[in-house]
Amino acid sequence: MFKKLTLAAFVALGLAGGAHAAGSDGHVEDFQFSFEGPFGTWDQNQLQRGLKVYTQVCSACHGLKYVPIRDLQALGYSEEQVIAYAENFEVYDDELEDFRTAKPTDHFPEVTALNAPDLSLMAKARAGFHGPYGLGINQLFKGMGGAEYIASLMTGYTGETKEEAGAILYENTAFPGGWISMSQPLYGEDVDYDDGHSNSLEDVSKDVAAFLMWTAEPKMMQRKQAGFAGVFFLVVLSVLLYLVNKRIWAPIKRKPTV
Amino acid sequence: MAGIPHDHYEPKTGGEKWLHSRLPIVGLLYDTIMIPTPKNLNWMWIWGIVLTFCLVLQIITGVILVMHYTPHADMAFASVEHIMRNVNGGHFLRYLHQNGASLFFVAVYAHIFRGLYYGSYKAPREVTWIIGMLIYLCMMGTAFMGYVLPWGQMSFWGATVITGLFGAIPFIGEPIQTWLLGGPAVDNATLNRFFSLHYLLPFVIAGLVAVHIWAFHTTGNNNPTGVEVRRGSKAEAEKDTVPFWPYYVIKDLFALALIMAVFFAIVGFMPNYLGHPDNYIEANPLATPAHIVPEWYFLPFYAILRAFTSDVWLVQLASFVTGGIIDAKFFGVLAMFGAIIVMAMAPWLDTSSVRSGRYRPMFKWWFWLLVIDFFALMWLGAMPAEEPYASLSLVASAYWFAYFLVILPLLGVIEKPLAQPDTIEADFDAHYPPKDDAKGAPAPTPAE
Repeated sequence: MFKKLTLAAFVALGLAGGAHAAGSDGHVEDFQFSFEGPFGTWDQNQLQRGLKVYTQVCSACHGLKYVPIRDLQALGYSEEQVIAYAENFEVYDDELEDFRTAKPTDHFPEVTALNAPDLSLMAKARAGFHGPYGLGINQLFKGMGGAEYIASLMTGYTGETKEEAGAILYENTAFPGGWISMSQPLYGEDVDYDDGHSNSLEDVSKDVAAFLMWTAEPKMMQRKQAGFAGVFFLVVLSVLLYLVNKRIWAPIKRKPTV
Repeated sequence: MAGIPHDHYEPKTGGEKWLHSRLPIVGLLYDTIMIPTPKNLNWMWIWGIVLTFCLVLQIITGVILVMHYTPHADMAFASVEHIMRNVNGGHFLRYLHQNGASLFFVAVYAHIFRGLYYGSYKAPREVTWIIGMLIYLCMMGTAFMGYVLPWGQMSFWGATVITGLFGAIPFIGEPIQTWLLGGPAVDNATLNRFFSLHYLLPFVIAGLVAVHIWAFHTTGNNNPTGVEVRRGSKAEAEKDTVPFWPYYVIKDLFALALIMAVFFAIVGFMPNYLGHPDNYIEANPLATPAHIVPEWYFLPFYAILRAFTSDVWLVQLASFVTGGIIDAKFFGVLAMFGAIIVMAMAPWLDTSSVRSGRYRPMFKWWFWLLVIDFFALMWLGAMPAEEPYASLSLVASAYWFAYFLVILPLLGVIEKPLAQPDTIEADFDAHYPPKDDAKGAPAPTPAE
């Protein structure tokens, strides 16, 4: 009975994951990222490259309003570098009632001009793929797929356009519905990397996708470490409790005590 | 029904006697923790501890999250991001709380189906069952309102859909809906009252849990045989039982530790697996998500809600008989709440004198079909409202009601139950045979 129900509970978990598969119908390529799986970690150089892509391309239209600029120190930048980086942006100051140069304590500015969505959480708001049978269970090893979705979107433009209700739509194989209102933002060689890394379209797309995964889930490494410590401790505790349980029940069950 | 005879707390020192004559709290705790418990309980009897742990986990993490959360429509979403980014350990606390709700429901469904299989709801445990159902209802209310608090897209639209159910009540529905929302639509007033109630209800649950435990400590636990503990004398009762401490405390803690290991793996490595990605988009009253899907633990009842569309003859009949007062929407609402009410009525719908499904050859099959039906409804609840899911939902919903309203009453009459063991001791001995050799059986009393 117990085994059957446990099995059933796992099936239910799978079904629940399947509930979320219903939303998207675009093709998402399963790109490999360094932060996938329980032991995956950020590739700090990739995050720095992604930041450069965001700064030079994406930030023209998209904000990152939930991300404090000071958090960039987690990408390996020094305090001075972050202060210098913050000066790229102008933010509105409620007290001055005017715009001023940003400081590390400010958040990335919110960009509202072009109706472009904020990208802070985009990697978590778009679960990109759902694995076998739409169960989503491969999140454990592949992450929730948001970074894959973003990279697929960047590389998914076919070059076709159409006009609909006065707006130009661009065909994209990753976007649900196939037509997106954002024109192709990346073509490859958009950014020159300081570390000399390849800046082909796929690499630039993956770099900015990795960076946006970081903006969406900056504490991913701390989370995995805490999770691992928890699992390790609980498995040890389980073994000890199993032995204690076996021993105290032995006389009741008329089994030899060791 | 008299309690199971056992040793009670006796104050020994002067200080203990002083306190005991004024407030017998030590005695109450002693009797609670040392309660004689059937010694043949299997692993399905661990869920009570898991549930108690979940309640404590949710209250502790919740109280801390509230210290950093802002219940305002303009700030709630950003304050959750503040917790995820700036609060020390906030991201893990929030994921614990979010996934803790799922663990809570996994445990409660296992607990409920345990009760259904082993007839734990039958006399004299009807009150325990009813209080359990009330706890389950409170849990659903709490979880639903908690899901609204992050103020994401699914929060907002889930709240809109579910409160809309009350709007389906004839005549008084719309005023009730407005009263619930605190306005014409889901807005800041709704968020604030949901926040208040989300904080209040767990303490109501805690009170109900105390009564739930009180009730089954009065009747004694059920067990896999469904045979009652002998109560003729203390010696007789001790052949059927072991004290809760340490035997079941340690067993339950072992099970809890294992379950927590899986839980921490989910929280640590895939915390968003059970959530909906749309909830990472801030609530926007102007943009309706493509699919509004409730959390997994509501899906079976959501499927029942949606199954009764206006082309179902039963709905048309109800509409005709009531002169249109009961339309398809209201029928669905009645069916959803009815599905829980028939489950709560199980003690009076089940006519069999045998408690445990173990000794009911026909019941077993219908029970496992009900379990399959439950998961089928869960799957159907997640599917879009189109064929073939609509027809399947109707069949699955019909079975849910048929199980409680037709099958349980009929089985008691037509089924020929198998022979039950005379005592719990006999069942236990069948699993762990006494040694009959010269050394003699070791005394089945607490060791060391």
